[in-house]
Amino acid sequence: MPEPARKIRVSCVVNGAAASFEAYPMARLLDVLREELQLTGTKEGCGEGECGACSIEMDGQLVNSCLVPALQAEGARIRTIEGLAMGDTLHALQQAFITQGGAQCGICTPGMILAAVNLLAQHPQPDDAQIRAGLSGNLCRCTGYMKIFESVVAAVRQAESRA
Amino acid sequence: MEMRVIGKSVPRKEGREKVTGRARYVDDLSFPGMLHGVTVRSPAARGRIRAIHFEGELPWHEFTVVTAKDIPGKNCIALLIEDQPCLAVEFVNHPEEAIVLLAHPDKYLLEEARRCVRIEIEPLRAVFSIEDSMARKEIIWGQDNIFKSFDVEKGDVDRAWSGAEFVVEGVYETGAQEQLYIEPQGMIAQVNEAEGVTVWGSLQCPHYVHKALMILFGLPRERIRVVQTETGGGFGGKEEYPSMIAAHAALLARKSGRPVKIIYDRAEDMVATTKRHPSRTRHATAVTRDGKLLAMDIDFTVDGGAYETLSPVVLSRGTIHAAGPYACANVRIRSRAVATNAPPHGAFRGFGAPQSVFALERHFDRVAEIVGITPAEFRRRNFIRQGQTLAVGQVVKEKVDMNGLMERAFELSGYYAKRNLFTETNSDSSARAGTKRGIGFASFLHGAGFTGSGEEYLASEVAMEATADGTVHILAGSTEMGQGTNTIFAQIAAEALRLDCEQIRIVQPDTAYVPNSGPTVASRTAMIVGKLVETAAAGLLQLLRERGLLRDGYSAADFSRACCLYVAKHGALKSFVKYDHPRDLHWDDQKYSGDAYGAYAWAVYVAEVSVDARTAEVRVNDFVAVQEVGKVINPVLAAGQIEGGVAQGIGFALYENVVWQEGRMVNAQMTNYVMPTAMDLPAIRVYFEEIPYGRGPAGAKGIGELPLDGTAPAIANAIAHATGVDVRRIPITAESLLEMLEAAHA
Amino acid sequence: MRAFLPAYEMETPRDLASALDCLASAPGVWQAFAGGTDLMVLLEAGKLPRKKFLNIWNLGELRGIVVSAEYVTLGALTTYAEVQRHEVLTREFPLLCRAAAATGSVATQNRGTLGGNIANASPAADSPPALIVYDAEIEMVSLSGARFLPYASFHTGYKRTNLQAGELIRAIRLPRVRARRKQYFRKVGTRRAQAISKICFAGVARVEAARIADVRIALGSVSPAVLRAVRAEEVLRGQRLGSLDLRGAQDALGAEIAPIDDMRSTARYRRSVARNLLAEFVETLVG
Repeated sequence: MPEPARKIRVSCVVNGAAASFEAYPMARLLDVLREELQLTGTKEGCGEGECGACSIEMDGQLVNSCLVPALQAEGARIRTIEGLAMGDTLHALQQAFITQGGAQCGICTPGMILAAVNLLAQHPQPDDAQIRAGLSGNLCRCTGYMKIFESVVAAVRQAESRA
Repeated sequence: MEMRVIGKSVPRKEGREKVTGRARYVDDLSFPGMLHGVTVRSPAARGRIRAIHFEGELPWHEFTVVTAKDIPGKNCIALLIEDQPCLAVEFVNHPEEAIVLLAHPDKYLLEEARRCVRIEIEPLRAVFSIEDSMARKEIIWGQDNIFKSFDVEKGDVDRAWSGAEFVVEGVYETGAQEQLYIEPQGMIAQVNEAEGVTVWGSLQCPHYVHKALMILFGLPRERIRVVQTETGGGFGGKEEYPSMIAAHAALLARKSGRPVKIIYDRAEDMVATTKRHPSRTRHATAVTRDGKLLAMDIDFTVDGGAYETLSPVVLSRGTIHAAGPYACANVRIRSRAVATNAPPHGAFRGFGAPQSVFALERHFDRVAEIVGITPAEFRRRNFIRQGQTLAVGQVVKEKVDMNGLMERAFELSGYYAKRNLFTETNSDSSARAGTKRGIGFASFLHGAGFTGSGEEYLASEVAMEATADGTVHILAGSTEMGQGTNTIFAQIAAEALRLDCEQIRIVQPDTAYVPNSGPTVASRTAMIVGKLVETAAAGLLQLLRERGLLRDGYSAADFSRACCLYVAKHGALKSFVKYDHPRDLHWDDQKYSGDAYGAYAWAVYVAEVSVDARTAEVRVNDFVAVQEVGKVINPVLAAGQIEGGVAQGIGFALYENVVWQEGRMVNAQMTNYVMPTAMDLPAIRVYFEEIPYGRGPAGAKGIGELPLDGTAPAIANAIAHATGVDVRRIPITAESLLEMLEAAHA
Repeated sequence: MRAFLPAYEMETPRDLASALDCLASAPGVWQAFAGGTDLMVLLEAGKLPRKKFLNIWNLGELRGIVVSAEYVTLGALTTYAEVQRHEVLTREFPLLCRAAAATGSVATQNRGTLGGNIANASPAADSPPALIVYDAEIEMVSLSGARFLPYASFHTGYKRTNLQAGELIRAIRLPRVRARRKQYFRKVGTRRAQAISKICFAGVARVEAARIADVRIALGSVSPAVLRAVRAEEVLRGQRLGSLDLRGAQDALGAEIAPIDDMRSTARYRRSVARNLLAEFVETLVG
């Protein structure tokens, strides 16, 4: 057996708080979040960057955490699903996913909601084509996507009525 | 009659946990001292195991190694029969068959170890197709490779041929389909003296796992405990397979004395677990001059893979649905499930019906064409009506108006106008190079609940307990996996008890605490188990009323007070209900005829497609799904079921192609096994009609599997309309369609 | 995760010079690692034989898009997302933007880089055909200095490139063109998003006085590396739009591609569709 590589220490900001962990340099950020930081909201669906269940926000961008090596998380600003709600107050998208039926089995939901958050940051009032394109990297096997689109639309309407 | 809670889109009970990432799926759990487990699998499709080599320079003494020798009870995963080993001993019968199990605390080292176990197999001749299996090129199972066969006879088919103006024949095929739940399979097991065997995991049927572990371990019922964790999709793929992975985790836990977690990665899940049964159907249909059915001769075969598992039941449902919602006096259906050396095929939403319904609905469009009438007119002349009998001899007692459903679906989809318009524009020469458009439909039914005497045999049970604070707990073995079990059970109970859904709790399915309500399959959860929930609620009210603790028009506060008083004075406030099979449902298992299902959902689906003539890419532009379902308990959840099912049906029709090589799926990555993304699906428009079913809770029937039956044939018929190509098999890949288009032009 | 993670090393060089130093010191040992969208997939499948990686993600020298009078120069670490957001690229090199939008999904476009994609050298990649038709040039650097190579010469075979040991791709530059060009890009994938290409076609043509004055055609997924369809170009070059020998061009194309059967598609399909896309391209020239 080859001499195992040393683990490294990585420091970053996760959900607004300083975080520090030890990991093999090429450990997946997905595993680090789930195992070292106990943030199990981010899910593994495929391990090949196809399903988006592992989507997180890294430095303001949507990325698949199964494709990011731990070493590259150094100094990054990371947001997972756990960082979306403000205490007990759900984000409008979270609320919409509950009432509009955007979540069925829920395994794609954390990644899907973060993708929707990212979409609305780019397009605050997206049309149907933009919604579909923005969520096209997140696979859902339960819903056929219809009620996910409706959830996004409902959240947009909520934001409009607040403005 | 307007109900308080039923018929409303009450938000999903466990929705908050799911949207915040707090819901706990099996891989989110971790136990102190837990080991990881992996499975070493057969590289060959069929052969004799010569030797197992542990190679590489690994600290093997650190590993827990399990083989069949470590099985304390019977080496089988018990289901209908006990032919499938838990771990192969002398022979393997399919690629990826489990042989050795390993556990270690370090999951990376464990993977390395898996690579270093070499199984030496002396290959034997294997069988990979229905044709070869039936030709008995090699007997690989039983005496004749046949797991099960049926022979349904109604009327006199042979005599009807001579009177026929038209006889139309055709062969239709469907491929395997992977369930592709986004959460891969996983289990955690713990075995100790104090409690026996406990498993936690992603599953649909805790009591199936319980039974299988009892037999594997040779332990009595109270020494096995199965707990369902939040389950990220099932669709049938987690009906029977979890017993296998639970067995593996438990064996490792027993040997190591530590908790063991096995989680499949996507590749392993795809290659090793069950898929929809591939099928082959031959139709021969005799019709009068004006398109009335005289006789139907149907031959239906499904490929069951290497072991029996659930193939007889899949075959059964496929057989019973093979002749559709039509009135025909003479029907023969001969069917069989055969063995091949592939991993056993298994339950997948629809369970045999999507296969036989594809064949029927595609065939009937062809029959219409040959007779010289429209597909709609052909159906109209043959739709079954109340009082007539289905192929298995069941008299349709419920009100049914297939023609009404069809007309409504046509109106909503603009079918007639588009059918004419597309026919015209497609023949336009400029369309040859561009885009062809088509619109097609399928008309079908789906029986809810277990077939025939199945529900009687299951003898499902539900318990309900109210605690002193007035909270009502539902104890059922039915599982939530996204379809909405928790929410609709709460609604049914809340309606019956005149409470709010917030006051109802669903107890986590745990065989230590909940009774066996039967498996969460077969579109039975709302209709059969939901009814038991409704009855249990009535039972609870009865107990309170008997003691004079509840008056008419009681409030929620009154109810809570009554519970408090009852518990203080009389102890546990619990009602218990067992399924009571309706006396007027009769089924003959020998003749395979009679009342197959308590109720059917009826549907017509319309698909509009465009086909790019240059690339043969098919786009579904619009989809209308109309169904009569008894009663919609929760509109958002019900529509979600149909939409999701249609999406899976679109995948079945166009995208999901399992590429086989000697019994192994070679495209076992999500990159290469293609399911639709948000950009691939049209607006899926769902409409419900309600003719309440007397025996369903609030009149509800089952709907979970329905959308898988009609979606693919509607699309196939639309493609046939668009291109003139006589589609006979699914998936309709662009490659096969382009070849057919080129042949048509040649 | 099928790889034995403890065996993998990754280091972050502080600048480009140190990175090149490291590459030169142990030829063939270290591999550059950018956004990881290809390499991590291989790692997870247990199919990554190299064990030492240089994290170049933060090297500023490899980032940025520079617009000059003659060129638009994209740093090797330009992501697909950045390509799509760039105004000049959108206006003058729309095919590259279309290819970027067709690659993977939003999340992979945020991490996938042009340099990484080119170095990975998959014949199914979507950007290479666009780069070919735009006459792209690749700049490579090592301790010995920098050199330019026409992108059309960069790929030498299936997953083989002209990149030497010790070299990194620094930039891709696209010569700006004054004249109006007709542009066409079509990717035929397994589905509409997140799809590997079954066949990909990029075409650029300069039409003057109803004649095809010049044309560039490139295809992906029809040969071991991205293919510039020189024979088809030759047939089309100089022809009048009204009396085009489309058949001849299609036959020439058929003769120079070498599609195969694989898990995603068949040689026969790719062959037919290549011809059909050429026809569609030609149609857009007329329109």
